Amino acid sequence: MLDQPNNKSTPLVEMQDISVSFGGIKAVADASVDLYRGEVVALLGHNGAGKSTLIKVLSGAYARDSGTIRVDGQEATIANPRDAKKYGIETIYQQLAVADNVDAAANLFLGRELVTPIGTLDDAAMEAKAREVMGRLNPNFRRFKEPVKALSGGQRQSVAIARAILFNARILIMDEPTAALGPQETAQVGELIRELKAEGIGIFLISHDIHDVFDLADRIVVMKNGQVVGSARTSDVSKDEVLGMIILGKVPPGAIAGPGAMQG
Amino acid sequence: MAGQTTVAAVQRNDTAGSGNIFQRFLAGTELDTRLIGMVGALALIWIGFQFVSGGIFLTPRNLWNLSVQTAEVGVMATGMVLVIVTRNIDLSVGSVLGFVGMIMGLMQAVWLPPLLGLSNPFIWVIALAAGIAVGVVIGGIQGVIIAYLQVPAFIVTLGGYLVWRGGAYLLASGKTIAPMDATFKLIGGGPMGSIGATWSWVLAAIICICIAGGILLGRRQRRRFNFPLRPVWAEMTLTAVGCAITIAAIWVANAYPWPVGVANAYARDHNLTVPDGGLFISTGVAIPVLIALGAGLVMTFVASRTRFGRYVFAMGGNPEAAELAGIKTRWVTVKIFMLMGALASVSAAIATARLDAATNALGTLDELYVIASAVIGGTSLAGGVGTVVGAMIGALVMQSLQSGMTLIGLDTPLQSVVVGIVLVFAVWLDTLYRRRAK
Repeated sequence: MLDQPNNKSTPLVEMQDISVSFGGIKAVADASVDLYRGEVVALLGHNGAGKSTLIKVLSGAYARDSGTIRVDGQEATIANPRDAKKYGIETIYQQLAVADNVDAAANLFLGRELVTPIGTLDDAAMEAKAREVMGRLNPNFRRFKEPVKALSGGQRQSVAIARAILFNARILIMDEPTAALGPQETAQVGELIRELKAEGIGIFLISHDIHDVFDLADRIVVMKNGQVVGSARTSDVSKDEVLGMIILGKVPPGAIAGPGAMQG
Repeated sequence: MAGQTTVAAVQRNDTAGSGNIFQRFLAGTELDTRLIGMVGALALIWIGFQFVSGGIFLTPRNLWNLSVQTAEVGVMATGMVLVIVTRNIDLSVGSVLGFVGMIMGLMQAVWLPPLLGLSNPFIWVIALAAGIAVGVVIGGIQGVIIAYLQVPAFIVTLGGYLVWRGGAYLLASGKTIAPMDATFKLIGGGPMGSIGATWSWVLAAIICICIAGGILLGRRQRRRFNFPLRPVWAEMTLTAVGCAITIAAIWVANAYPWPVGVANAYARDHNLTVPDGGLFISTGVAIPVLIALGAGLVMTFVASRTRFGRYVFAMGGNPEAAELAGIKTRWVTVKIFMLMGALASVSAAIATARLDAATNALGTLDELYVIASAVIGGTSLAGGVGTVVGAMIGALVMQSLQSGMTLIGLDTPLQSVVVGIVLVFAVWLDTLYRRRAK
């Protein structure tokens, strides 16, 4: 899969020279990343390296100061989460971003509820659809009537993922997707990522822990101090070399250096 | 799917079959223990006052008055639930009531009669509509400042509390405006502003049919989607209790006769002969009570069956998640405050009509009773939790306390002391309950 994204095909997403600053501090400086269909790109870096900020620009949660975003080669206007969803960009946030006090179906359809012809909530239809999607992701899930706060970490994660794929996402952003999960649930999420990839969905994985994502990713992009250190195919570099990129900003021979690479 | 359902159903029966009678009753009927606790507290207050007052609390006359007094706060409490659920507060509702009441009063007594003639039948409609529009605009202004200018609701509505109370004074230079339009006065209750025995019984029949129909419909829905069913005895009990309460309430309202003077005047006007022992004309359910019930129904519908209601609760549970899900949280906040303004205007109509005058002190301290009603009724100040029904029962609890204390002749300052202590105590109990429920 990774050998295919050649220069001829258009990337699904291109973020070019994105800068974001908060009150004078540059959280992200001239960062560029891209993503192809059916590709998994891991965005790595320490806490505070700017990877979450960069990706929140794509999901519409933060406004950028400069730079352009292209989806399918067309320049995209993304000013808020609703705009991003219009382009098929769905995000699973680190803190999961579920409303704790309503049930799974309500969370799945939050902001995009199904309504009856007279405009009232169609809870029955939403629940039926929720059962269908959750059945695919997590067949053991049965607690549809309970507020999400009563669920385990893995169950909440499945709710968050189900919400993202329910509306035919083309671009999926997962921020620390396995941070809150046990080994078995982590394996489940990994399996799911492979399935989504096979369906042609492009996926950004964000993590500060290389071990979480190295085996899932086709390509890695490392950030440090708000800049892109470099990018590489996972087949061309070792984990140790990637660690060197994360910690020191040192770019190994198999990687392409970015503006944040260690000089000299 | 069918296999899973059986398992769930068996589990349900297990829990329903264990424990003592009370636990089985709760599990079977799926009633909220908080709600039962509140109804229990209400019963305790009523019985207590009945004894202390020497048997004059639980009389048709007092209970009828209690229902009318509760209406004003009850209407606003339904909106305050949504405000508090989204982690906001509205301290301005009492002042908005005063301001809007003054506008409605001036419309009827000063501004409109010269234009339309004193007994124009549209005066009350225009006054009411204009008042509600003003309430919505006030709520909208406060909501915009809260949502878009990011000033905390506490401060904005504290400002509103002063602004609208002062505004109510300025509108009429502190004068009391009277009298209200004859039709408008019906909104406030009284012998004429009640629907009488026949219509009250019709209302009782409608409510009972709705209760039974609702339970049947719910059962059919559960079966359709393979959810565990409530045991038949529990459904029967719920229907019976609901209908019994309805019939009892209507019976009480009908047992309260028109005052002798009003009845005699009515007899004279209609050429009726007054029998020995006076003419007995049932008052029936008062119009303000009908309005409050209507507000409760509409707001329950809004909270549970509309997108808007869903967003309100999602925002209360996790504002960030709601925003990221693409909900226009700011606009929802503005709408909540507009709704609150509209409800404060409805209460203003009830209050001015009942008093037959608009004064600049109308609605003073109402904000505190409204907030207390919502909180006693189970609305969590931490956000995300609350029900309209709970808030209305909360309003009834507050009003029962107040009316009971007045009845037994407690001084006003002492009443305030008691209400204050009860509020803190109730919220403490609620905190304990929530901690245990976790």
